[in-house]
Amino acid sequence: MRRTILILASLALAGCGRGVRSRLEEPYPQKLSTWRLFTGKPAELHPNQGVVPYDLNTTLFTDYAAKKRFVWMPPGQAAVYKPDDTFEFPEGAILAKTFSYADRIIETRLLVHAHSGWVALPYVWNAAQTDAVLDVNADPVNIEWQGTKIHYAIPNSNQCRECHDQSKATGPIGPKARHLNRDQDYPEGRFNQLEYWTRIGYLKGAPDVSKIARQPVWNDPSTGSLDARARAYLEVNCAHCHSPNGSASNTGLYLTDLPTDAMRMGFCKTPVSAGRASAGLLFDAVEGHPEESILLHRMESDEPKVMMPEIGRTLVHREGAALIRQWLSSMTLASLAGGCGVVRPAI
Amino acid sequence: MFKRLTLSLSLLLLSSCAKKEEGIAAGPNFEKDLQTALIQAKSGAVIELPEGVFPMTGTLSLTVANVTIRGKGIGKTVLSYKNQTSGAAGIQATGDHFTLEGLTIQDTKGDGVKINDVDGVTIRKVRAEWTGGPNEKNGSYGIYPVKCKNVLIEDSASSGAADAGIYVGQSKNIIVRRSRAEFNVAGIEIENSEGADVYENVATNNAGGLLVFSLPDLPVKGSRQTRVFNNQVFANNTPNFAPKGNIVAKVPTGTGIIVMATHQAEVFGNDIHDNDTVNVSIISYLSTGNPMNDATYDPFVSQVSLHDNKIGAGGTKPAGVAAELIAPKYGKALPGIMWDGIAKGDPQICIHNNGDTGFLNYDAGGEFKKMSTDLKSHSCSLPALAAIELPGGTR
Repeated sequence: MRRTILILASLALAGCGRGVRSRLEEPYPQKLSTWRLFTGKPAELHPNQGVVPYDLNTTLFTDYAAKKRFVWMPPGQAAVYKPDDTFEFPEGAILAKTFSYADRIIETRLLVHAHSGWVALPYVWNAAQTDAVLDVNADPVNIEWQGTKIHYAIPNSNQCRECHDQSKATGPIGPKARHLNRDQDYPEGRFNQLEYWTRIGYLKGAPDVSKIARQPVWNDPSTGSLDARARAYLEVNCAHCHSPNGSASNTGLYLTDLPTDAMRMGFCKTPVSAGRASAGLLFDAVEGHPEESILLHRMESDEPKVMMPEIGRTLVHREGAALIRQWLSSMTLASLAGGCGVVRPAI
Repeated sequence: MFKRLTLSLSLLLLSSCAKKEEGIAAGPNFEKDLQTALIQAKSGAVIELPEGVFPMTGTLSLTVANVTIRGKGIGKTVLSYKNQTSGAAGIQATGDHFTLEGLTIQDTKGDGVKINDVDGVTIRKVRAEWTGGPNEKNGSYGIYPVKCKNVLIEDSASSGAADAGIYVGQSKNIIVRRSRAEFNVAGIEIENSEGADVYENVATNNAGGLLVFSLPDLPVKGSRQTRVFNNQVFANNTPNFAPKGNIVAKVPTGTGIIVMATHQAEVFGNDIHDNDTVNVSIISYLSTGNPMNDATYDPFVSQVSLHDNKIGAGGTKPAGVAAELIAPKYGKALPGIMWDGIAKGDPQICIHNNGDTGFLNYDAGGEFKKMSTDLKSHSCSLPALAAIELPGGTR
């Protein structure tokens, strides 16, 4: 009798085996399908039970690839709300981000909160689109998309860390309250993501949504002022490195959307290690003068060393650069470099 | 019996061969194999690179601690980034206790080797170079540890860097020795760092030979406790080729040593000569003419001790302000030691026993009106700075 119960219990457990199968230490699964994040036809990315889609207000530019994001939490576990920073996710949490062009899925990047901390696992989809294989150092993929040839670079797992490390600890970047504060379509209907996460037990400690800041959508003027949208764009595309604990902290150029003084954002700030990327310009940013601003020059470049961000794109994000150009132009006119107080040198 | 012995002997030989062949094989997959090995490396790994010239297309990155990358020697193992298509640096390391030795890094689009936020850096017998010679399109830094602790750079070299050949910035506890910097904008530069010994190096044919700088707007403030001794700093007369906007573009061509906005610098026992603008220059950041928006930044020098150097000819073909405003008033070849005269209170600039070389305070703060050659007010002496010790001796 007792044995029967045991067998039944283990059957029940095996039943859970239809759900997501998390792995929190090496060796990590070679195939994406092993995680069981998706059910049905693999390329349709139909989320398995407990796998929840999410979106961010403003997103990182990755050579115009389309992205789908999902989060999964271990049963009974929730992320802890933080007002400004990325939420504190429980051990076992999985974030999945899939990159595609039209119907072709290129890669799915997993961030897994493993025993040893967060690990970044890049999975590359096969041509048949039936599964993806873990490749910590994948080759670039040639893509033709809307008439543009893209030599799409899949970041190796060290490059993942270049953006995802803060003070050398790997972690998610996107899931911050102001980034997630938006509506999303769920099977049950359309809801605010933060409220939904709270309701299903994925988030604890969040205040009422009306009290949470909402980052504007960079290319939707109805969501915020030009200044707010430009700051949001820079935050999402630059601040993971350009912040006090990011990998470009040594530059002292901090492009977060939190209150920062103008010099830290590059205004009248002389470059530190730009080299020829300065293009002969004197300051990272000059109010009223996009053409005098190194920051914009580097966004408009696709040349290694000059271009910013350094990795994650091979094309210029024309629309993003246009936003920053418009933003810099809109500012009070300083009288070129002189407005930044350059005087005759005495050496 | 005999046969069995032969067999086991050959097995032994095989196994020793296998050991040697640990590391990265030459061939078309070299770059990919090496990057994969760096990703999968475990603490304590020594990654051996074979002899040969290896074309590289992107930045090699290492995040694991306690890893050594070892080539067969400068000029023997050559990583050539001439056709680099992605990333900026040649090698980028962020794992603690990183050792790079025995190789040449050529023609990177950005820096040669960049080491960011690492405790324990050893760069030994490494050459970073741009083979086309001075060109503003070259990468910024050859050997570039930044925000690091316990840094040793020895028996290394850099040439062609459009900023500094060997540069240590925002770091603590540093030794740079027995290295050579040539045809860079700045040969060797220590910037916003605390505790550095720079000795037995050669800096020649740069625009500026050896710089000790403190700059504003950086997260790590100030430069303290730098000893520059027993170096040869001569004929740094390559026209400054830094792109405008970079602070190093302001270094006048023909400068030997510059101490700028630094506290506690001891410069002694160096052999400095034939730098056409000036052999030794001591200045405030104000002399750069750049704006200062950083309230926490101190732009003045203090406690600089310049003693027992051998300072030879120089100052005969000055560039920049020295040529336009100082030389016409001073009248002849500029003296071996010049100070811009900009200070807050008593800067304690102590100058003695540097042979018969001349001195000039050129009063940059007073529009060059009250220039003075009087050394009496600099006859002070400062206590010697302590030698730098790295954990585990000087390795």
